[in-house]
Amino acid sequence: MRRAIRDVLDDFQRTPLLSALSITTIAFSLFALGLFGLVALNIRQALEKLEDRVEIRAFVAPSVTPEDLAQAANDVAAFPEVQAARIVTPEMALKRAQSELGEFRDVFEGAVLPGSIDVQLKPGQRDPATVRRVADRVKQFSFVDDVRYGEEWIEKLYRLRNIAGIAGLALGFAFAIVSVIIIGATIRMAVLARSKEISIMRLVGATDSYIRRPFLLEGFAKGVMGGIMALILTWIAQSLINRYVIETIFFTTRVAVLGLLFGALIGLMGSAVSVGRHLRRI
Amino acid sequence: MIRFFNVTKSYARTGTAVHDVSLHVGKGEFVFLTGASGAGKSTLLKMIYMEERPTSGEVRVAGTSSVTATARDVAKLRRKLGIVFQDFRLLENRTIEQNVGFALEVIGAPAAVIGGKVGRVLTQVGLAAKGRALPRELSGGEQQRAAIARALVNDPFALIADEPTGNLDDRATRGIFQLLREINAQGTSIIMATHNLELIRRNEFRTVEMARGQIVFDSAVPTVQGERTP
Repeated sequence: MRRAIRDVLDDFQRTPLLSALSITTIAFSLFALGLFGLVALNIRQALEKLEDRVEIRAFVAPSVTPEDLAQAANDVAAFPEVQAARIVTPEMALKRAQSELGEFRDVFEGAVLPGSIDVQLKPGQRDPATVRRVADRVKQFSFVDDVRYGEEWIEKLYRLRNIAGIAGLALGFAFAIVSVIIIGATIRMAVLARSKEISIMRLVGATDSYIRRPFLLEGFAKGVMGGIMALILTWIAQSLINRYVIETIFFTTRVAVLGLLFGALIGLMGSAVSVGRHLRRI
Repeated sequence: MIRFFNVTKSYARTGTAVHDVSLHVGKGEFVFLTGASGAGKSTLLKMIYMEERPTSGEVRVAGTSSVTATARDVAKLRRKLGIVFQDFRLLENRTIEQNVGFALEVIGAPAAVIGGKVGRVLTQVGLAAKGRALPRELSGGEQQRAAIARALVNDPFALIADEPTGNLDDRATRGIFQLLREINAQGTSIIMATHNLELIRRNEFRTVEMARGQIVFDSAVPTVQGERTP
């Protein structure tokens, strides 16, 4: 292993330009992937925020007693899909309507709006089918006059979410493949630059695993360095977008570490494939 | 020690390079392998160090069979063989010492052993004073001596030399040949492919001539006339 590490350092010293080019290429292909990841992450977050607003509103008859209403709210809150069920009295409904209507707040006078139980669903339970199912159950309470949950809006939101998810996966996969190809080609250049050395190593009796080792280490090191550079570039890009365009979020530490590991893995795989192909050919 | 049993080597694109060759090279022998370009000499040599495997037949070298040898077996075999080429194949960015030491380094020899052995073989080939030089700072003959030193550093039982004097002038050729004779005198078998008929005529070593992939003459095999006529 010590020999492999020394070989890698020697190679960086002997061919600094090629090494820098490899790392930069890896960095930029991972940067493209990182930028795409950032866009996907922020779209996902925006959709999650919209999902938080998914709510079922069960309007109740004016004749219902506060005790029955409280009991019903408790029952609904106990549904496994439900995160919270909140009682809204006619007065609270009026206040909310007035605050939402702004300059038209005087349209309503007195307690003309019905009271309701507002039901919030747990994350992961906000798809159209679940919302419909919970709404149907809430409707079964005898004092519930009507249930509203913006069926059309939820369906559109979920369609958008599915499209974003599929497009994200497909594009992410394509970006990853392109990164692997570019990185593989870059590492292949490094392998070709040392092809004479490899053929001599073979002639004097070095085993293939011995020959492979420094290349794998080199690919791993270049992948990590390229990954760090890509992460810094993505962070700079996100800071600039935050400052001049729109408020966005950055990757969590876990995702950033996974990104680095992905870079290292690509470097390792690119090296393994390139040196393996080369060894089979000579 | 080196045996070919009815060996044929064919390539999909260029056809048969070696056809039904049987040959035995014993311990300590010096064998000239001659023939026109394309006669199959290099392919025959490549099958000795198993860079190529026969299409049919078998090559056996110091107990390693071309039929059963794994990649690891081939690597181990090559540690016991020295291989020298016309184009020297030295690493340009390493000194002569490093080039010679490289053959020991890649098989995991300790640094202390490498230093001692490299010094010894460089003295043997007459390059003791040029160990720190880069290959480009040496003449062709000296570069070939360095390549021979690299081939010798593992104490091989046989040296495979593919046109080792092909790029050298007469004087350097004589020097390299003399060096090979000295190595042979110490017990190392030598199989040397060459076009240099003058060299063959002046030396009474076994000569194997190839043409169109076949052995057409072997001085070790008595002919009808009992003559030696490469």
